[in-house]
Amino acid sequence: MRKNFALTVSRELSNNSSSVLLLGDIGVHAFRDSLKEFPERVYNIGILEQSMISVGAGMSLEGLIPTIHTIAPFIVERALEQLKVDFGYQKLQGNVVTVGASIDYAALGCTHHCPGDVSILLNIPDVQIVVPGHGEEFASLYAETSRNGELTYTRLSETSNSAPQKVQFGKGLLIREGYEVTVLCVGPTLDLALEACADLNVNILYFTTVSPFDSELLKSVCTNGKVLLMEPFYEHTLSPLIIEALSPLSVQIKSIGIPRRFLRNYGTSAQHLNYIGLTVDNIRNTITELIGA
Amino acid sequence: MNISKEMSSGLEINSLRAQILLMAQKSGEGHVPSSLSILDLLWVLYTRVLTIDPSNPNLENRDRFFLSKGHASLALYSVLSARGFFPKSELENFCEFESILGGHPDRLKVPGVEASTGSLGHGFPQAVGVALALKIKRNPSRVFVLIGDGEANEGTIWESALLAAHHNLDNLVCILDFNHSTDRALKLGEISSKFMSFNWKVKEIDGHNHEQITKSLMPQLSSKPLFLLAHTIKGKGFSAMENNPEWHHKAPNKEETKTFLGELN
Repeated sequence: MRKNFALTVSRELSNNSSSVLLLGDIGVHAFRDSLKEFPERVYNIGILEQSMISVGAGMSLEGLIPTIHTIAPFIVERALEQLKVDFGYQKLQGNVVTVGASIDYAALGCTHHCPGDVSILLNIPDVQIVVPGHGEEFASLYAETSRNGELTYTRLSETSNSAPQKVQFGKGLLIREGYEVTVLCVGPTLDLALEACADLNVNILYFTTVSPFDSELLKSVCTNGKVLLMEPFYEHTLSPLIIEALSPLSVQIKSIGIPRRFLRNYGTSAQHLNYIGLTVDNIRNTITELIGA
Repeated sequence: MNISKEMSSGLEINSLRAQILLMAQKSGEGHVPSSLSILDLLWVLYTRVLTIDPSNPNLENRDRFFLSKGHASLALYSVLSARGFFPKSELENFCEFESILGGHPDRLKVPGVEASTGSLGHGFPQAVGVALALKIKRNPSRVFVLIGDGEANEGTIWESALLAAHHNLDNLVCILDFNHSTDRALKLGEISSKFMSFNWKVKEIDGHNHEQITKSLMPQLSSKPLFLLAHTIKGKGFSAMENNPEWHHKAPNKEETKTFLGELN
């Protein structure tokens, strides 16, 4: 996914003279050619995330289109107010693309985890939140969002689905039809859901845009209110959106995502996902519970 | 744009001081002393220094001014209105429900306001971004940002200082309104030498002396950004308010207003 990010944004820098890239001393090797080719528009700004966001906002005030990149917690959690005020409140266009989704950097410990990014950013009115499940999806979603006048947060993950889907910004996809439960997968959770649900009679929805949320699609397929969320971030981040989308239908929501506690172990993200239940067995058991509920 | 120097006489400043006081009294809102400490700086900027066109606030080749200490909005509104960015009648609506003029300036509502500030430490790094963007666009306009000494407690101020010098932003001027707001919390020490060590060109002036302000802000040949330490008096012009923390965020009542206005006469 990171390779697609570097390729896509490098191409954008070549094709669009108003495009600028600000790196928080992350991704410097990946963008080494762009740094040489466009020294006036590609900056390794340094490790000062709050000012990096504000500098990007200043560039946006002047009509440039900034893409700003570093590790998720250092933008979302440290520079949240800059995102809220400088971009959100001022209605400025900008693209924030992070690496280190949730527990991707498991071995580095909790300082580098960021499973709260989506739930935090949903508090910024009008923010666009994109969670690609494959590198090629990043390319098409960036093409749709990067110049559409809004603040877009795109969450790159180390985990990827095996194949890209034909995704469209702001729209979910109905991957498979069923009726007992609606399984709503976000970004890189799709492969796991497909494996777990191979012989189950469920709807499988695939969302790569979290905000704006495609309520219409969910409403059109989920008639019994039974929803299993597959969230690559904090569990139940999307539950309020599900309740609102299906209102006045009574809903039963289960979420398989990152639990809301500090995950103090190290190892790999795969070990963590196994430990916290993002597994085929847990998905099947949870669906069975929902069917019987 | 040429404005005769007579307009920046004491008479004009006193008229703006009165306006600030009356806006605060009517609304029961506003940071009056913080506004009074920067009034002379703003007046000189908007009458003698900035290249602007009030009838075309978004002119591409305008100079950009950022009030990073957005709580001093009363001064900015008074000066913008005096220069014709919007009608003076708007001032009477300060902080009312549907007013365009709030306690902190909103760039989407107020003609001439470059950024929506209020949360301290945001305007300066945005001004750095604008200065960098103007370089990219080969636009020769200048960028001015006014910060407070209390605001200079914020880490982003020093991050911005580092960035601006690193990128040789000779189109950027940072003015520090040194009214000693922060002395009771965190003393800044030798500010000029700090900025000098960050590789800025540094000047110190009396922030109420129009000739000094004008001279210090004229374009000059330097590859460095310019830091202007302006020594000011918080609450300048009203003796009971000067350097009196009680008035930081307090609006005068009718009787107090009458007393203060008496000093102007």
